[in-house]
Parts: sequence; C-alpha cells; structure tokens
Amino acid sequence: MKKIPFHSYYTALGLLLLLSLIVAARVGAVPIAYDRILLFLRHAFSGKTGPSIEERLFLEIRLPRVLLCALTGASLSVGGALMQALFRNPIVEPGLVGTSSGAALGAAFVFVMGKDLGGARLDALGPFVLPLAAFAGGGLATLLVYRLSNVYGKVNVNTLLLAGIAVNALAAGGTGFFSYIARDPQARSIVFWNLGTLSGADWTSTGIVAFSTFTGIGLSLRYSRALNALLLGETEAGYLGVDTRRLKTRILLLNTFLVAVATSVVGVISFVGLIVPHILRLLKSSDNRWLIIGSALLGAILLNVADMLARVIVAPSEFPIGVITAFAGAPVFLFLLTRAGRRQQKGGFYA
Amino acid sequence: MLNIGNLVCRIGDKTIVDGISISFAAGLLHVIVGPNGSGKSTFLKAFSGEWTPASGHVTYDGAGLDRYERIGLARRRAVMTQLPELHFPLSVDEIVMMGRYPHFSFRPTANDKAICEEAKRLLSIDGLGDRDYLTLSGGERQRVQFARALAQIWEAPSEGGRYLFLDEPVSSLDIHYQHQFLHLARSLVKEKIVLIAVLHDLNLALQYADRIVFMRQGRVVAEGTPDIVTGGLIREVFDIEARLLDDPEGGRPVIVFT
Repeated sequence: MKKIPFHSYYTALGLLLLLSLIVAARVGAVPIAYDRILLFLRHAFSGKTGPSIEERLFLEIRLPRVLLCALTGASLSVGGALMQALFRNPIVEPGLVGTSSGAALGAAFVFVMGKDLGGARLDALGPFVLPLAAFAGGGLATLLVYRLSNVYGKVNVNTLLLAGIAVNALAAGGTGFFSYIARDPQARSIVFWNLGTLSGADWTSTGIVAFSTFTGIGLSLRYSRALNALLLGETEAGYLGVDTRRLKTRILLLNTFLVAVATSVVGVISFVGLIVPHILRLLKSSDNRWLIIGSALLGAILLNVADMLARVIVAPSEFPIGVITAFAGAPVFLFLLTRAGRRQQKGGFYA
Repeated sequence: MLNIGNLVCRIGDKTIVDGISISFAAGLLHVIVGPNGSGKSTFLKAFSGEWTPASGHVTYDGAGLDRYERIGLARRRAVMTQLPELHFPLSVDEIVMMGRYPHFSFRPTANDKAICEEAKRLLSIDGLGDRDYLTLSGGERQRVQFARALAQIWEAPSEGGRYLFLDEPVSSLDIHYQHQFLHLARSLVKEKIVLIAVLHDLNLALQYADRIVFMRQGRVVAEGTPDIVTGGLIREVFDIEARLLDDPEGGRPVIVFT
C-alpha cells in the first residue's frame, strides 16, 4: 500500500510495454535493425511496401506475431484477474478453472470434425468458427468448475482444485482423442495447441484477438467496483447494491470471451493469468480497477518477453511458449498454494 | 418505519421463518435474541432484501421491497454481517470506501472521501487508513466493517428513513469494545435510524435494548421493553434456568444462569 499514485504505475507500465514491443520486433531468427523497423513501419503507413524479403518478413510475420502475443498476454491476464475476483481466491487462473483446456477442446473438435459436419456452411463463417467453438467449450468447462466448487455462496478451495483437475483432464483427454482420430497435418497443430504457439500469427487472427481483447477489457472495467464489493462476500456485495447473480454470469462470460478467442488462435498458455495479477497486488493493491488495467499492460509485457525467449533460446528453431510460462508460473502457484493451505489450517474466526 | 407482515421463509420444505408480523420504528434500538437455529439470521436476510421469502411482505417507509431498485435500497439500508472472510490484501481505506459504492458512479467525490474520514474517526480507526485489513485484530476488523456500514448510510436520503441492521456485531470484540460498540450503536438512535441488532449475549441485550424480540423456531415468542424479560421467558426460549438480579445502583437488572 505504497503512496505512489496509480497513474505513475500506468505510465511506467505503458512505457515498458512499448519498449518490449520494439525489442520483440527486432529479435528472432532474423534480427532486424531498429532503423529498418522504423523504415518498414513508415512504408506500411504510407501504403507503399518494398519488395525485400526482410520487409515482408517483418510486416507479414514478425509484426503480427508481436502484436498477437501482446494481445494474448493482456487477454489471459485480465481473464486471470476476473477469475480471481469471482472465485475470491488468488490461486485461480483461466488454465486452472478449465477455460483454456475447454476452449482448446472446442477448437480441436471443429478443427477435426468441421469438414465432416458442416462442410460448406462452416466455411462460409470462415475465421469465426474456431473462436466460437472455443468460446462454447471454454464457457462450459468454466461453468462446470464454478458450479462444482461454489457451495452456498462459498468457494471451497479443495473442491475447486479437484474439480479443476477433473475438468482439465477431461478436456485434455477429449483433445487427445481428436488428435488421435485426426489425419496427419491436423494432428500436428492440435499437439501444438496444448503447449501454445504463436508461430501461426497472421493479420486475420491478430485482428480477431484484438477485437476480443479490447471489447473484453473495456467491458470488464465496468464491473471493477462490483468485483471489489464481491471480495467481501456475496451477501455483503448484495447489501452494497450489487446484483451478484447477474454479475457472476457476466464475469464468467467475459472471461470465456477473452480467454477462448485467444486460445483458439495460440493454444493453451497457462500461468500467465496467475502470475500477472499476483505481481500487481504485491506492487500496489487488490483494487480490481487497477488489476484489470494493470493486467492488460503487464500481461502483454510478460508474454512478449516469454515469446522473445522462445524465439531466441533455440534459434533458428523455436521453443513452445507454454513451456516457458509453465516454468515461470508453476513455482509461483506452488508458493501461493502453501500459503493458502497455512491460512486455512489456522481456521476459525480470527484466521 | 419497517413493516413486516406474515413473513415465511423456507429452505426446501423446511420452514425457517414461520409467519412473523412485526414493525420496527426509528428512534429505538431493537435487539433480536434467540437460540441457534431459531431463524434470526434468515429473518434478517429476508427483511434486508437478500433472501426472497416464500410469502408475506416487507415494506420500507410504506413501499414494498420489490418497489426498490437494489442500488436505491443500498443507499438507505446498510447491513453489518458477521466478519466477512477476505483472501486478498485490502487497505482499511479501500474497505470503508466500499460503503460509498452505491452513491457514486465512477470516482468517489470529495464528499464521499470526507464521509469515509468521518466514519473512521467515529470508530477511532482513523490511524489505520493505510493498514492491510488482513493484519488487523478481530476487534479492529469489526470496527472497520462498522465504519463501512455507517459510511453507506451517512447522509439521510431526500425522502424516507435510514435503516441499519447489525448481525451479531460484537461477537469478536472484548468486553471493553462490546460496550463501546453498543454505546455507539445506541447513540445512532437519535439520528432517526431504524436500528436492529441480532445479539447472542442476553445481558448485553438487556442493558442496551429499547425493545427486545425473542425468537424461537422461526416465530416471535415475545417482544417488548426489557421489562418483559423474566426467568420464565428465558427458560421457555433458551431451555436454561435463569433469574434476574436487580442492580443496587439502579441500572437494568442482570441475568444469572443457574
């Protein structure tokens, strides 16, 4: 609870995000010099792009990838902040409550069965089928975990963890099933989904994720005060004038929207939604307005850094980004878990 | 004025509140007592609008609960529940400000901030503003929650009254703060607030209540000034032998359990 005002933090995070975007645009299998980046950007804005391979690499592969990465990081982190507020628990994140794996299952289903089921009609919907299926899968899985762990308005952490494990295993099994029955080229991308990859980034997918990220975060901000009140408990929030039933449905839908659309494009990237709100809470406060805006900025920064690592470590090949976020995130998760366990053991009124 | 008519609450086919009709006027401290499972908490939830009753009506200033929007109700009615459990670090200031949430739409006004400061001063927690709620003692937490409830209904609405309900507010306070708290609650009576507290300690109830309501098995067994309290009534409601001793200094009598 330090006394540095919020806007100083926002400015600092904003500048860091800009810096990470610039650096991320430079590094990779083919490094691109900063003055070249500037030149290419000027070309792109004036609408006359040059024919060089380096320029096409930058504009068609590097730039959409960097932007998609930032948008995904923002979506997942805000999803994490929303879920933590909804479950009133700091160890929750979209990967844990089933949103990500459910979304991956929905996407895998369409990916493998799409041609057999809808054929031409599905093709007409084009790039929206995958996000829609992911949304349905992620929503169902999250709803299931929430229903199982929320008993009489109180979230039971043990049930939550177990329900999360069960639903995640079920969804992963389903995804595995589809990858088994899929013919070869499809199967490869399904396997990639379980670890997350940004290598498929193009302007269409980046555009779709940009839409979901910006509308999702904008709408989330409207509920930041109600989510704060919810920290006191459902009954208390009700006494403060919050329609808790409606709030919970909206938050579940918003989280699913943010996470599922991103997941349908990049696959399952876990632990980002866990770490980012946690760092922000340590930095300043648990106020949800701060957590939502801060998560959008810091999530974008951190996932960008993780993706840079993924591209640099084994260049010119690349590392699955999900492995990096898991290595960084799992220890944080375990730390939080031991702390939560200790608090529960103390128990009673004064705990 | 809070009017309750023939209120019935059920969980499944179990009747928790069994046809209570009663009214509560402003300017008195009403205390509800009763054994565990007598339906006190559900009753309080029902007349404060957080529990949909099976039948019956609840009116605030003559208008039924269904006539109020949630936010409109929250501007005139505050409830202090038993200590909510928090899992996140929040500063005392942030929690007290939650009481003002029903009153501002985007950012707190200077007035909202001033009200929070005054509420904290009244509860003598003005030094704790930046402290993390999770590091406070049980007694300090209770005072923070009370400050939040008071901030919520600090100003009288343009029409109609204010309502403050306290659900076992002193359960985690030591004897000094129990009395200080109830003293403060009593002083709110002259603010023309409809004030209802659920208490466990019969002696505290006897000492501070203007009107006591005895509940048992979802019904009101007896209600009236503290004069109605007798050993027989306590035996009937709580299944324990008790007698009343007069205070030689002229205060209210004390209940002794035998």
